[in-house]
Amino acid sequence: MGKFILARSAQALLVLAVMSVVIYALIGLMPGDPIDLMISADPKMTSADAAALREIYGLNQPLYRRYLAWLGAALQGDLGYSRLFGQPVLDVLLPALGNTLLLMASAFLIAVAIALPLGTLAAAKPRSALDYGVNLYAFAGISLPSFWLALLLIMLFSVTLGWLPAGGMAPAGAPLGEQLRHLALPVATVATLHIGAYSRYMRSAMLEVLRHDYIRTARAKGASERRVVWVHAWRNALIPVVTILALDFGFLFSGALVTETIFSWPGMGKLIFDAVMGNDFNLAIVALLFATALTLLGNLIADLLYAKLDPRITVGRPR
Amino acid sequence: MSSAVHHSHSPTQLALRRFARHKLAIASAALLALLALAVACAPLIEWLLGVSANQVDLYNRLAAPSWQHPMGTDELGRDTLLRLLYGGRVSLLTGLAAAACAASIGTLIGICAGYFSGRTDTVLMRLTDSIIALPLLPLLIVLAAIDLTKLGLSAQLANSESISLYRIIVIVALTGWTTVARLVRGATLSLREREFVLAARGIGASDWVIMRRHILPNLLSPIIVAVTLSIGSVILLESVLSFLGLGIQPPLASWGNMLTNAQQLIWEAPQLAIYPGLLIFITVICFNFVGDGLQDAFDPKAEQ
Repeated sequence: MGKFILARSAQALLVLAVMSVVIYALIGLMPGDPIDLMISADPKMTSADAAALREIYGLNQPLYRRYLAWLGAALQGDLGYSRLFGQPVLDVLLPALGNTLLLMASAFLIAVAIALPLGTLAAAKPRSALDYGVNLYAFAGISLPSFWLALLLIMLFSVTLGWLPAGGMAPAGAPLGEQLRHLALPVATVATLHIGAYSRYMRSAMLEVLRHDYIRTARAKGASERRVVWVHAWRNALIPVVTILALDFGFLFSGALVTETIFSWPGMGKLIFDAVMGNDFNLAIVALLFATALTLLGNLIADLLYAKLDPRITVGRPR
Repeated sequence: MSSAVHHSHSPTQLALRRFARHKLAIASAALLALLALAVACAPLIEWLLGVSANQVDLYNRLAAPSWQHPMGTDELGRDTLLRLLYGGRVSLLTGLAAAACAASIGTLIGICAGYFSGRTDTVLMRLTDSIIALPLLPLLIVLAAIDLTKLGLSAQLANSESISLYRIIVIVALTGWTTVARLVRGATLSLREREFVLAARGIGASDWVIMRRHILPNLLSPIIVAVTLSIGSVILLESVLSFLGLGIQPPLASWGNMLTNAQQLIWEAPQLAIYPGLLIFITVICFNFVGDGLQDAFDPKAEQ
C-alpha cells in the first residue's frame, strides 16, 4: 500500500510539473504581453521605452529562462500580483477557492442525497416506470448544456417569478436567508446536471450486486425485500459508487466555470475565465495550476479510496 | 437444425435487428436525419423567404413571427430561423469533424498501446490517464484564447472567419481522444492473442500489416459506438466555448454563440434563449440515444 501511494503521488506530481510548463507556455502565447498593457495605459510611452521595459522585466529572454525565473520565485512563495485585482495573487485566489467550495460542496451533497436513493429504487424494480424515468433523466442530464439550463432557471425564477436573484453572491455580513437565495440557482444548476449520472452509477452498481449469491441467500432465509436491498446490497453497491463520486469531486473545483460565469459567482471558475480574458497573466497561471493540482489530488484520493474500500484489489504489485 | 441454417444471419444483420428493437434509438436517428435535412436545405429556405441569414435590419429588431420571419428576428433584426439552420450546420459539422479527428488519434494511440504492450503501453496509457485527470474546460479556454500569430501564422490567416472553425475542431480533437484510446486498447489486447493474428504473424506479416489488415477491421464496432457517444459531448463543448465567446466567432452563427447575447436580452426576448439551447439539447440527447442503441446492438453481452 505504501509503495502504491508513493507511485501514484509521484505520478501526480510529475503531471503537475509538466502542466506547469505547458500552462506557462500557453499563457505566453495569449495575445499581448504585460508591456503592451502598460503601453495602452500610458500613451506617452515610446517604442524605445517599451523595449527598455521588456529588457528590464526579462520579457526578451527565451521561454525556458522566464519559466525558471517564475518557478524559482513561486517556490519561494512569491506568486506575483494580480493585474485585475491589484492584490497579491494568493489573496485573490483563496477567497475564490472558498466560494467555489461552498457552491460545489452544496451542489454535490444535494445531488448525492437525491441520486443514490433514486438509483437504488430504480435497480430494486428494474423495468418499472421509475427505472425508465431515472434512465431518461440520466440521458437528459449528460445532454443538457449547462449554460442553457442556467439561462432557463434565471428565466423562470428571476425573470418570470421574481423569487431569486439572477446572479452574484450576498455580501459577507448578509443574513443567512439572503446568502441561501443567492446560492440557490447556481447550486440547482450544478446539482441537476449531476443527479442523472450519479443515479445511473448507483443503479448499475446495485444491479451488479443484486445478482450475487449472498443476496439469494438473504432472500432464501426470509429477509424482507426492503432489508435485502437497503442492508445487504446497499453497502456493497456503494463501493464503486463512492470511488466515482470521489473522482468527480476533484473535478468540481474547476468544473463550474460556466455556471460561475453566468451567475457571476466569484469562485475559481469565474476567476480563471476573467484572468484569461483580462490578460491577467500572473493570476491565470497560478489559478490554472491550483485547479489542476486540486483535480489531481481528487483523482489520487479516489484511487487510494478504491484500493482501501475494496480488499480484492491488490495494490503495489502490478499484474 | 435445418431451420436454424435457413434463418442464419450475418453479425451485421443481427446487430441491425437488435438496433431496430431500440425504439428510442430509432426515433433519435430519424430525428437527427430530419435535422440534417433541414440544415442542408438552409439555402433553399433562405431563397424562399427572400432574406439572407446575416442580413441586419435595425428597423425590425426582435420582431414577432411573421410570414417573412417565421420565428421572428434577433436583436439585430436577423432572421432567427435562418440563423438557427446555419448555426446548426456549423454545430453539426464541427461536432462530426472533431469527433472523427479525436477518434483517429484515439484509435492510433489505443491500437499501438494494445498491440505493442510493454513499455509503449505503459507510456501511452499513463499519458491518457494524465489527460483524463486534468480540469479540461479551464485549459481549453486558454487554448481557445491563444494568439495564433505568436505561433507563426500570418495575421490575415489568424483573423480569418474560418480559422475559428478549424481551431475549435483541433482543440476538441486534442482532448477528446482519450475514451476511444482506452476502448481500442482493451479490444486490441484481446484481439492480438486470437488465432488469426497468430497465423498472420506466423506467415511473416509485419506489425503494420497485422494492425491495419487484421486488427483494425475488427475494431470497427467499438469505434463506431465510441464516436457516436462522443459526438454529443463534442457538440456540447463547442457550444460552451462558443457561448463564452471563444469558439465560433460571429457573424458566423453557431447554436452556442447565438446564446451569448441571449443572456443580456433575457427580459426582452426570452425566446432567443430557448430555441438554440433546445436544438443543442435535442441533438446531443439523440446522438446519445443512438450511441446507446448501437452499443447494445454490437455488444449483446452488455445488455441487461
